[in-house]
Amino acid sequence: MSANVEIDFTLNGVGRRVSVTPGMSALTLLRDVLDLTGTKYGCGEGECGACTIRVDGVTVNSCLMFAVDCDGREVVTIEGLASDPRAQRLQQKFVEHGAVQCGFCTPGLVMQANHLLDVHPHPGAAEVQRGIEGNLCRCTGYKKIVEAIQDSGSESVRSELTL
Amino acid sequence: MTDQQKSYSDPISYAAPRTLDEAAALLSAGNVTVLAGGTDLMPQTQSGKVKFKPLLMNVRRVAGLGGIAEAAGTIRIGALATITELLQSELVRDRLGILWQACEHFASDQIRNAATIGGNVCNASPAGDTLVPLLALNARVLLVSKPNGALVERRLPLAGFFVAPGRSQLAASELLAAVEVPLPPRGFAGEFFKFGTRPGLDISAISMALGGVRENRTLRDVRVAFGAVAPTPIRGPKTEAALEGRTLDAAAIETAVAAALADIRPISDVRATDWYRRELVGNLLRRMLSHVCER
Ligand SMILES: Cc1cc2nc3c(=O)[nH]c(=O)nc-3n(C[C@H](O)[C@H](O)[C@H](O)COP(=O)(O)OP(=O)(O)OC[C@H]3O[C@@H](n4cnc5c(N)ncnc54)[C@H](O)[C@@H]3O)c2cc1C
Ligand code: FES
Ligand code: FES
Repeated sequence: MSANVEIDFTLNGVGRRVSVTPGMSALTLLRDVLDLTGTKYGCGEGECGACTIRVDGVTVNSCLMFAVDCDGREVVTIEGLASDPRAQRLQQKFVEHGAVQCGFCTPGLVMQANHLLDVHPHPGAAEVQRGIEGNLCRCTGYKKIVEAIQDSGSESVRSELTL
Repeated sequence: MTDQQKSYSDPISYAAPRTLDEAAALLSAGNVTVLAGGTDLMPQTQSGKVKFKPLLMNVRRVAGLGGIAEAAGTIRIGALATITELLQSELVRDRLGILWQACEHFASDQIRNAATIGGNVCNASPAGDTLVPLLALNARVLLVSKPNGALVERRLPLAGFFVAPGRSQLAASELLAAVEVPLPPRGFAGEFFKFGTRPGLDISAISMALGGVRENRTLRDVRVAFGAVAPTPIRGPKTEAALEGRTLDAAAIETAVAAALADIRPISDVRATDWYRRELVGNLLRRMLSHVCER
């Protein structure tokens, strides 16, 4: 019988106030309380990256984060990237390169790739591979995903898409 | 059963203190589970391996528990410093190279962004990756409590801090405030090596840190530590003695390997057999020592 805790945080740019139990994960908060189902539950133990979100500018596994710890922080989910130009470019490149098969890993990979491009705007293949180490994909074999991310980060692509 | 003895699958209440004083006071009242990054606590509580105490205390808002800075020959790493922050620190990269290397091999980006050094130390896993270089670097832990209304600090060397898998000398009423690392001598360099099947995300089958000050083909101030080859991370005193000041020729390297095999007490588990761990330690030590000679 845990007492609920009221937390205030920014979710995809909008201030939210919600009530959570102390042991709840941020992933449960997003999916089951707030109905934002773009963030996926894959393993629930930090291995697969399907639940990747951004908190105060860095990516984390929402399945490992306590929902109470969202209090006072700035949280961005895949839904919040919908109108972000770079995320749109990533999405486009994932489609062009055939980097999506079943699509279950895709929201987490786009979140992580977007963060990778924040840190390394023009990553090499090795940097991309390292950046997405924490994201599993059971379908594509990664090659097309790595190419799509690299392509999103390349200069030529940028000029092409900012017409 | 009294309330004092109960443990829960969900905590009853939650606190996020802002000062060390407040945090230590809550802790001294007892029945508290401390939360930092949650990357160990969440899977451990979800699986039922660890039960919550009635109060979940999130220490991430406590002022003064973060940061990495040098003063008077000691590098102080706040308990809340994340693995990513350690990787971004020039001080760590330049002066504590083996710790920096261990952070490079740690899990995934998402986990490095959340995981704290304090959580890694307090979790006290025999395979904890920062523990091995920290042992080799003669680190100390700074523990804080508030037993009788006043803050009390206690400093312990990391060597001796770990007592069993998941157990350390940290008392239930104590908070880890910082890890303190004396600056190694100028010229101190070394290597960290970890072996697992999925490089970062796998729990290390074994890990090793080796450092020293190199002069031609000899090492001075040799420090060696091992992970996942004993119930706790350990220093390798026999290996260190076998290497100290010796010319690193083939014979010296084989003597050091024999000493290392006498330092470790590996077990067989799901990740590796004890035989395999011995093989790995021998081969990795040979490889690291030949790297050191070639540099
Ligand atoms: C998929 C995955 C991969 C991982 N890979 C690695 C790896 O490569 N190497 C490795 O070493 N570890 C790894 N870990 C384990 C974990 O990420 C680390 O041990 C991490 O450093 C724990 O830090 P945290 O801040 O998340 O701790 P938490 O989970 O918040 O806490 C861990 C424990 O320490 C206690 N605690 C935390 N801070 C304090 C404090 N200041 N004072 C007193 N008690 C405290 C908590 O009560 C808890 O018992 C991995 C975990 C996962 C899920
Ligand atoms: S669901 Fe979080 S990492 Fe797999
Ligand atoms: S596309 Fe199916 S898991 Fe990646």
